[in-house]
Amino acid sequence: MKRISFILQKEFRQIFRDKTILVMMFAVPTIQLIIIPQAINFDVKNINISVVDLDHSSFSQKLISKIGSSGYFRIVSADLSYRQALKHIEKEEADLVMEIPVGFERNLVREGAQKIGISVDAINGTKATIGYAYLNSIIAEFNTGLDINQVELSGNHSMAGIIEIEYSNWFNPMAEYKYYIVPGVLVLLLTMIGGFITALNIVREKEAGTIEQINVTPIKKWEFILGKLIPFWIIGMIVFSVGLIVCWLVYGIVSVGSMALLYLIAAVYMIALLGFGLLISTFSDSQVQAMFVAFFFIMIFILMSGLFTSVESMPSWARAISNLTPTTHFMKIVRMIMMKGSGLTDLKIELYYIIAFAFGLNGWAIWNYKKTS
Amino acid sequence: MEEKAIICKDLTKQFGGFYAVNNISFEVNRGEIFGFLGANGAGKTTAMRILCGLSFPTSGEATVAGFNVYNQQESIKKNIGYMSQKFSLYENLSIMENIEFFGGVYGLSRPEIKERSNKLVEDLGLKKEAKKMVGGLPLGWKQKLAFSVAIFHRPKIVFLDEPTGGVDPVTRRQFWDMIYDAAASGITIFVTTHYMDEAEYCNRVSIMVDGRLEALDTPGNLKKRFSSDSMDEVFYNLARRALRKDD
Amino acid sequence: MFGLPLVQIILFGFALTSEVKNAHIFISDNAQDVQTTQIIQKIKSSSYFSVEEAVIGNKKIESILRRGNTRCVLIFPPNFGNDLLHTGKAQVQIIADGSDPNTAKTIINYLTSIISEYQHQVYSTASLPFQIIPETRMLYNEEGNGSLNYIPGVMALILMIVCTALTSVSIVKEKELGTMEVLLVSPFKPVMVLISKAVPYLLLSLVNFTFILLLSVFVLDVEIKGNLSLLFFESTLFIITCLSFGLLISNTTNSQQTALLLSMMGMMLPTIIFTGFLFPLENMPLIFRLISNLVPAKWYFTIIKCVMLKGLGFQYVWKETLVLIGMTIFLLTVSLKNFKIRLQ
Repeated sequence: MKRISFILQKEFRQIFRDKTILVMMFAVPTIQLIIIPQAINFDVKNINISVVDLDHSSFSQKLISKIGSSGYFRIVSADLSYRQALKHIEKEEADLVMEIPVGFERNLVREGAQKIGISVDAINGTKATIGYAYLNSIIAEFNTGLDINQVELSGNHSMAGIIEIEYSNWFNPMAEYKYYIVPGVLVLLLTMIGGFITALNIVREKEAGTIEQINVTPIKKWEFILGKLIPFWIIGMIVFSVGLIVCWLVYGIVSVGSMALLYLIAAVYMIALLGFGLLISTFSDSQVQAMFVAFFFIMIFILMSGLFTSVESMPSWARAISNLTPTTHFMKIVRMIMMKGSGLTDLKIELYYIIAFAFGLNGWAIWNYKKTS
Repeated sequence: MEEKAIICKDLTKQFGGFYAVNNISFEVNRGEIFGFLGANGAGKTTAMRILCGLSFPTSGEATVAGFNVYNQQESIKKNIGYMSQKFSLYENLSIMENIEFFGGVYGLSRPEIKERSNKLVEDLGLKKEAKKMVGGLPLGWKQKLAFSVAIFHRPKIVFLDEPTGGVDPVTRRQFWDMIYDAAASGITIFVTTHYMDEAEYCNRVSIMVDGRLEALDTPGNLKKRFSSDSMDEVFYNLARRALRKDD
Repeated sequence: MFGLPLVQIILFGFALTSEVKNAHIFISDNAQDVQTTQIIQKIKSSSYFSVEEAVIGNKKIESILRRGNTRCVLIFPPNFGNDLLHTGKAQVQIIADGSDPNTAKTIINYLTSIISEYQHQVYSTASLPFQIIPETRMLYNEEGNGSLNYIPGVMALILMIVCTALTSVSIVKEKELGTMEVLLVSPFKPVMVLISKAVPYLLLSLVNFTFILLLSVFVLDVEIKGNLSLLFFESTLFIITCLSFGLLISNTTNSQQTALLLSMMGMMLPTIIFTGFLFPLENMPLIFRLISNLVPAKWYFTIIKCVMLKGLGFQYVWKETLVLIGMTIFLLTVSLKNFKIRLQ
């Protein structure tokens, strides 16, 4: 038992001597936590549109000003021809082109129908669909609002059936994206640190030859592993705390639910992550190798965890994979506790998953680590 | 058989079809300085790793300090010391911190460690440097320190893997003085080297060629047997028949 | 190293989407009349939702949402059908889990449009006598391939991270091992030493790039519209930029660990964010947009989009190319100078 205290003493001394790593572990996440949520915004605003008005009628001008004042669009240019407008799309200056043909107003009144040409830069799928949908609805609104149509409508007196929809967003009344993304980024950073650091550290010892020296001593396997896990676990929890403080100071986000629960689960998650790093180190012989393998898996964890995109929208095979990553479950838990104040009973299943991962990964790593080869 | 420090019988280590260690048998007496010689690639390091409990043999028997290498490795490890080719001390810990760590790992109590380490540091003449990082020490000091750490817990046997590589002759001589002192206090020394002049310092030597043990005797007898003036020549006569070049 | 792009492309191509599907919603139908049943049927038949029905009291709503599996609760009041028929107006209530605001918004939108459709179907009278009909063309992406935007992004990301990391690590490793000094003592000029380190990675990255291209074409059905040789030219340029950056990183540290952590962990998120392939750049605060101009990957991303997906020629990307060239020269000069200084 005493041996562990010597081992821990050595590990801590070594960690604190390595100033760069310390800085990395604290500064990098903090900076990223501050920057990233401010940069990310899924709202689609400022869609750039180039307008080609060949009609110059009061209708066309009214339509254009309606679009311009909608708040969604930015009219980048008024061009004389479709070809000219297209150049804006090519140069990435516009996302859409709307072409109002010659004789638009006249033909609409005379024939009852007129076409408007819309060209969408469809490379950016989301922007295109949303921009197109907005434009359509503005055009439809304009259509209905045309006085020639209004006259007709008010003549009709059939029973209008109007369903009023009243909606509210619970836990996030202003539907602010930051409440969603900030805990997510925190999880992300914790994951990166936990996953990489242990793996790198142990492989570094392998490369230096000091592992062999350890293997030759009576240090037991579990003592060695604990000796690696504990210091990094402590550091991870400190980083987590720092992250939470940043959340509070910079974004004003405080957990609605129980902090104790949050910490408890974060502790377990950290153990799972460190176990993952440990596992990787048993398979790698060089730091570069360990890093790439860890990076590969962590990328997958992060992308599939529901950080940026939602898990349920994934096809079922992807969902299955997502469930196999500990990050997914932790992400869910953090959001649930911090934003909804969910309690232990609500989180039971997710917690079981994480505990299973902690045991599984660490167990595998311990089994894999052999003092004698 | 408590008398013998190390016993090997038909010890073999196979990697696929390749015999790194091929049926070697020998015994080492307590308190002996035993030189384990051979060219690079002859299988010395592999054999030594088996004896230290770092590697499982493919077949054959071996006991170290009375414990067998198949299922009593942890007991072996409690009773041995080890100094590897890379002088594995922690470069970013100080001299005292390194000693403290290894002392604690082998079960010494903190007061014991304190007492012994102070003495050790004085004996080595490193008292003023005790708080300096090992990484900043010159090679000769590192080497002597590594040896001292290896026997800090007064093990029964200490294994030294090419301990004098890259060091000047004066330091090498001093190092061997330390080895003599250790042997005199009852520690068995098992040392591999390819400096043939060091072979002369040993009680007995063995020479491995291509995984096999080709000679085992005192340096004097070997020289007589091969009608050579130096161990260099003895070795040359044996080793040039070797087929393998590198470990 | 090849697994990485493969996995990313598959993920982005198939698994990740900002659309909403299979959202689990809870409907509490307190009216249980013809109208509500019709509406519920309509909702169920859309592919967006997976519906659970039960009549629940208000107190239970919170605990359902808190449990985390349900995205929103739709509540029909008891007299829904009656109200609609007799007063011409009725209400429904949607309570959404706002912790994921985007999904909540989208779900509310979907539900609203389904309900409006129902409203129109059943109650709408004449259609407008004067109709404006929008005629749409989806440029560059007739098939509506949702992953198109991601591919240039993945390319930029992977090339950036892999190149930078590998180069910086390999140089630092030599420093750590001490073999760097050996190389420098040799008759080779320091520049040659560095170049010889970089060239294998240049080739490797080009192979990687080709691999990603092939993947996109065959697995994701992407069509390469532009000039292949221009594409390769620009990619080679970008790779060199990344290598120079790796060089710069290797100058700042003597430890492999730091080099690795810097190149991979430190660069990953900034690259993802500032290229603009995942999140629109226009939405970011001004200062971030300015910073993004410093990220080489951003320029490369634009170039690839224009050349590969839009089929445009050099005249459209010469500005960006110039920027990349400028960055490369700058990085190279700084790192070479730095490298020499370190030796002294």
